Amino acid sequence: MSSVASVVSIAGLSKVFGKGDVTALQGIDLQVGRGEFVSLIGPSGCGKSTLLRIVGDITEPTEGDVTVNGKSARRARLDRDYGIVFQAPVLYDWRTVAKNIALPLEMLGWDRAKRAERVKDMVELVELNGFEKHHPWQLSGGMQQRVSIARALSFSPALLLMDEPFGALDEMTRERLNLELLRIWAETGSTVIFVTHSISEAVFLSTRVVVMSPRPGRIAGVVSVDLPQPRTASTREEPRFFELVTQVRELLHATGADEVEEPLAAESEIV
Amino acid sequence: MSTLDSTAETPSRLGERLRYWAPAVAVFALGLAAWQWFLPDVLGVEDFLLPRFSDVVRALIEERDLLLRGAWITLKEAVGGFVLGSGAAIIAALVLARWRPFGNALMPYMIAANAIPIIAFAPITNAWFGLLSPWSKVTIAAVLCFFPVLVNTLRGLTSVDPESIELMRSYAAPEREVFRRVRIPSSLPYVFSALKVASVLAMIGAVVGDYFGGSLEALGIVVLSAVNLSRYATSWAAILVASIMGIAFYATIAGVERYALSWHPSVKRRGS
Repeated sequence: MSSVASVVSIAGLSKVFGKGDVTALQGIDLQVGRGEFVSLIGPSGCGKSTLLRIVGDITEPTEGDVTVNGKSARRARLDRDYGIVFQAPVLYDWRTVAKNIALPLEMLGWDRAKRAERVKDMVELVELNGFEKHHPWQLSGGMQQRVSIARALSFSPALLLMDEPFGALDEMTRERLNLELLRIWAETGSTVIFVTHSISEAVFLSTRVVVMSPRPGRIAGVVSVDLPQPRTASTREEPRFFELVTQVRELLHATGADEVEEPLAAESEIV
Repeated sequence: MSTLDSTAETPSRLGERLRYWAPAVAVFALGLAAWQWFLPDVLGVEDFLLPRFSDVVRALIEERDLLLRGAWITLKEAVGGFVLGSGAAIIAALVLARWRPFGNALMPYMIAANAIPIIAFAPITNAWFGLLSPWSKVTIAAVLCFFPVLVNTLRGLTSVDPESIELMRSYAAPEREVFRRVRIPSSLPYVFSALKVASVLAMIGAVVGDYFGGSLEALGIVVLSAVNLSRYATSWAAILVASIMGIAFYATIAGVERYALSWHPSVKRRGS
């Protein structure tokens, strides 16, 4: 990973909420290289979402520096370097699918023809052909999240920030969207930071998995995922996949994560 | 819910509709029949308490010029007050939502003002504008509309899902764009329910305002002077006209709402 240029560089970052009451993050150092797919995993309260939100300049850090493409996080936001996908799709009901995808392009001042062309490409990318004129609430949860991803990618941001984007979906839909996301990642060559609490999802998707520990949130360890690309449904059945899942799980257990939240542990047993 | 598959247009749809509306129509007919025969003939309700339906209809026809002239005057007052009051309220809500500390400072007073019986000011407004001026009634209607529209619009503009705003920030959207593309569209359902309430209030304000002065031909005056002359059927005819105007006003706003919110799940699911 050291050979690729850093897109995100985080140094000595900490975040305290309130007047020193809750230390959400402490002493975080992390580099994310161009084209990497980095997952942040950890139990609730480990600050993984907060870390993502600080990188995206939605939340301010208490201490430390975040550099994105050599700029401050704020500058990067103003330069529209981020595509953000939340757990909820956050689509606008009064806009059709096509218009939701076009929203960032409108903000960038693209003309109508250029927007229509890009929307067409994006709809194809997330395989929603025929649904352009639908309103968000007419789609299933998985389809809504695909619209959200298409919108985040529409303006080709340098960095895609995803905060548990498939957390609210059923297991079948989630696995299908995992494959789709990997295809999109390969096709667009984007850099992704992905927050999840599913071990299998983190290992399956990522080039690196960053395991975080709770209270205060720290990086407990980083697992490089050397599974071959492109990954397919059968990747999940390879012995190496299980080894890596076990490695991440042991790191998580060492942080005391299983004492913090049982549902996560239970979910990861499905693997 | 049965109309969800509205693409399947079949001749049985008309029959289905008839069956759906039949009970409501039956209740309407029963109500009129009770008015016409049951109340006066069985219960012995006197003419000055409630004249027969047929008498009211006769008065409606015989006094149609008087009633129409009055209705036109009062409708103008109501619509004028509605437009002024609601318009000012929406502008005020936008300002208060944009500069939040300002809004937070004024909000408690707005909610308190919302509870004031504004109609109590009606006699005073005559002193402000002169006894014969229509503006006293326009003012009453406008003030009645102002507070509910303000409070609801402000609520609609500010109760937006925070992630929607964060998303706009991530596109480096200036505040103006956040309003235009997120806050205003998502406030529209709130605005329209307030406007529907305001349409009713404007009508009440105009009619009650008539009782205290202004044009001698206004609808409220028709009710009042007919009562004074013991011509109860004419009073009831005027009340009927006021009711029909109120319902029509409300229905007009509801129609505009259906058009403006055609994207909204509650509208679209009804099968348009």
